[in-house]
Amino acid sequence: MSRVDGPDFTGDALHAALTETWSDAPGLWGWITTVDHKRVGRRYIATAFVFLALAGVLALIMRVQLARPESGLISADRYNQIFSMHGTTMMFLFAVPVMQAMAVYLIPLMMGTRQIAFPRLNAFSYWIYLFGGVFLWIAFVLNIGPEAGWFSYVPLAGPEYSPGKRTDVWAQMITFTEVAALAGAVELITTILKQRAAGMSLNRIPLFAWSILVTSFMVIFAMPAVMLASSFLIADRLVGTQFYNPAEGGDALLWQHLFWFFGHPEVYIIFIPAVGFVSQITETFSRREVFGYPVMVLSAVSIGLLAFGLWVHHMFATGLPRIGYSFFTAASMMIALPGGVQIFCWIATIWSGRPRWETPLLWVVSFIITFVMGGLTGVMVASVPLDLQLHDSYFVVAHFHYVLIGGAVFPLLGAVTYWFPKFTGRMMAEPLGKWNVLLSFIGFHLTFFPMHITGILGMPRRVYTYPAGMGWDTLNLVSTIGAFVFAASIVLFLFNVAISLRGGRAAGDNPWDAASLEWKTSSPPPPYNFDHIPVVESRTPLWDETRPVIPGLRTEVRELLVTTAIDAIPDVRDASPSPNGWPFIAAILLTIGFIGSIFTPWAVVWGALLMAPPLILWFWPHDPLEVKPEHSDE
Amino acid sequence: MSEARFVGDASQLPDHAFGSRSTTWWGVCGFIAIESAGFALAFASYFFLMAQEKQWPASAFPPDLMWGTLTTLLLLLSEIPNMWLKRAAEAEDLRKVRTGLVIMSLIVLPIFVTRAFEFGHLNIAWDRSAYASITWALLVLHSFHLITDWADTLVLTALMHTRHGAKGRRFADTSENALYWHFVALSWVLVYAVAYWAPRL
Repeated sequence: MSRVDGPDFTGDALHAALTETWSDAPGLWGWITTVDHKRVGRRYIATAFVFLALAGVLALIMRVQLARPESGLISADRYNQIFSMHGTTMMFLFAVPVMQAMAVYLIPLMMGTRQIAFPRLNAFSYWIYLFGGVFLWIAFVLNIGPEAGWFSYVPLAGPEYSPGKRTDVWAQMITFTEVAALAGAVELITTILKQRAAGMSLNRIPLFAWSILVTSFMVIFAMPAVMLASSFLIADRLVGTQFYNPAEGGDALLWQHLFWFFGHPEVYIIFIPAVGFVSQITETFSRREVFGYPVMVLSAVSIGLLAFGLWVHHMFATGLPRIGYSFFTAASMMIALPGGVQIFCWIATIWSGRPRWETPLLWVVSFIITFVMGGLTGVMVASVPLDLQLHDSYFVVAHFHYVLIGGAVFPLLGAVTYWFPKFTGRMMAEPLGKWNVLLSFIGFHLTFFPMHITGILGMPRRVYTYPAGMGWDTLNLVSTIGAFVFAASIVLFLFNVAISLRGGRAAGDNPWDAASLEWKTSSPPPPYNFDHIPVVESRTPLWDETRPVIPGLRTEVRELLVTTAIDAIPDVRDASPSPNGWPFIAAILLTIGFIGSIFTPWAVVWGALLMAPPLILWFWPHDPLEVKPEHSDE
Repeated sequence: MSEARFVGDASQLPDHAFGSRSTTWWGVCGFIAIESAGFALAFASYFFLMAQEKQWPASAFPPDLMWGTLTTLLLLLSEIPNMWLKRAAEAEDLRKVRTGLVIMSLIVLPIFVTRAFEFGHLNIAWDRSAYASITWALLVLHSFHLITDWADTLVLTALMHTRHGAKGRRFADTSENALYWHFVALSWVLVYAVAYWAPRL
């Protein structure tokens, strides 16, 4: 009764069989139980953009407050919460998740497989991320939002100076988002290493897949640091441990070391996926393979490694041994080298290709200009004497917005424009997209360039107001005007998404004539991604003369092709789990446990007991919440 | 896409495999890597705090050696049936796997007893000093692993005694559960060395 795809089972009949096997239950139940990486990825991306909008509104409120000196619009306490929420939301609920979200959608398609590895874990990861984010924002609305910055330094965040539950909310939000990110990293590594199309050896995978592979390994080694640090913080606040209390042998700098051991790699965890977007876009719109593929891969890997040797440059002002200064300055300057190499490779690609100046490539251009400026100020503050002068000033605010918005948000907006046809089957509107790039570019630089000067003139970060007559007034006003222009460009982008979703031009499978496998299937892809699993013979499979496929996967059960890690030789047929309701229920119960544990340590015990039944049923074959039991098990 | 050119045939491939050929093996290794990073950073925190102190532990006795050493011996001994079980799983011998899983489910029980005594013999409450906090943290961190892997083993034991047990994939699951137990046992050797011997240096 088992039927496999192949020459005598293809076309419409195959489509019908695979759709039957791979589709979700209809309605709300299907929406909750889905494990389809495309549905989960889409909602992950949409949720991250909601958090971007929320944190953006907070940024505007801060800019209105700072537009003129001695403004009484918001109080110091409220301002503390607002800038803490802005940073926390942007870093933990937008920037890292959105990159992972794009990967969750795109990587299985790029690898030519039918599903992400561990799809139920993937669904669970999304719910945990969503509940953690909602928890943080509800707390903020209830006036118990974080107040000690996105970095939550002790002793400011310790029991003595941050009484109440505000910092606990922050610390537990960390646990939510890191659980989600760590699960996502394991799924993506496994998908990239084991579920590639036949013949897609590691030296043929798209550069975006390399960047996600590097990023996911970084997540695995960096995120435990912040989980450990925030668990110590909650313990100090809840059960009286002394990790950060100098009076009892603890050390406030332990926090900074653990936090930045995570926090610096975090910046590259956001940036490296963006580098992957840029490479894919550059390749497609230059109509040639990216110049220097091996060098690009080595650059991404070396950025990933060097990123773990930089964390102390956030701590230059804390007083360090001299050898520490020299080492971390050298490492901080060194990471500019692979960054520079990549920039030159992209320029060489465009230069030697046949560039089409479509909107995604224009986003890449605004990325290159902005990111190079941010990179240069990064080299400046890597130098200890200059850093000591500029530390905690608006110069640093300018620097990291240049690298984060220029380095990650511009490529992301380019990536959304580029893959929008694949996500939705429709193109985004033009020339609106090109005007959008221009407006963003102007708005961004108008906001953040003056901050370099405000910082050099001595304006400190994180102040809720400032006196008149310091020479900062006009610069701040310009920044505020710029912030509204930039916000308008984001609104324009979302507007373009909204109108294009309804009335955009139909895209077809491969509207940009791109080379990677996600463009081989229809737009949007069917639930099973590919009717036959592709066989890959080069780095640019869709530009090849022939497009071979490998037959033989069963169609009445969810089955994947597993290939060898290096050479992608077909090796095993693996079952892929079906939709299931337990990840959702487990996420709800875990949320209850996490929230409980900021009030009582016993929540760890009863939370674990609550979690056990759904976790067991999640893994148990044939359970009542299985949407479509696998018939093959019998 | 009816003009597709077909090469090779996946239908003859096996439906499960062991070790790095299995996707779940990569998942288990991923989580072992995450937790290893957690342990490594906890050790780093331990030595960072230790470096700040003139005396370690300050005004306290080091943990008593007996119970911790006993836990270490039991965990190392548990590796004998664990390795036997892993081999049985990879040989797909259902009878031996069922026996091995029952042994592994029971062998944790005396370790829970010695672990409970360990907490009583640390000679300091967790809230007394940073030394106390980090020592407790190391033990609690490891105890979480002990409990979760035990729960996992119990579920797997039950599963292997049902009609689902005879499937190839389940043998791979058993092999990977044994792999995770290697991590639980070996990580303890390091925790034991740090928590029990660093204060005696």
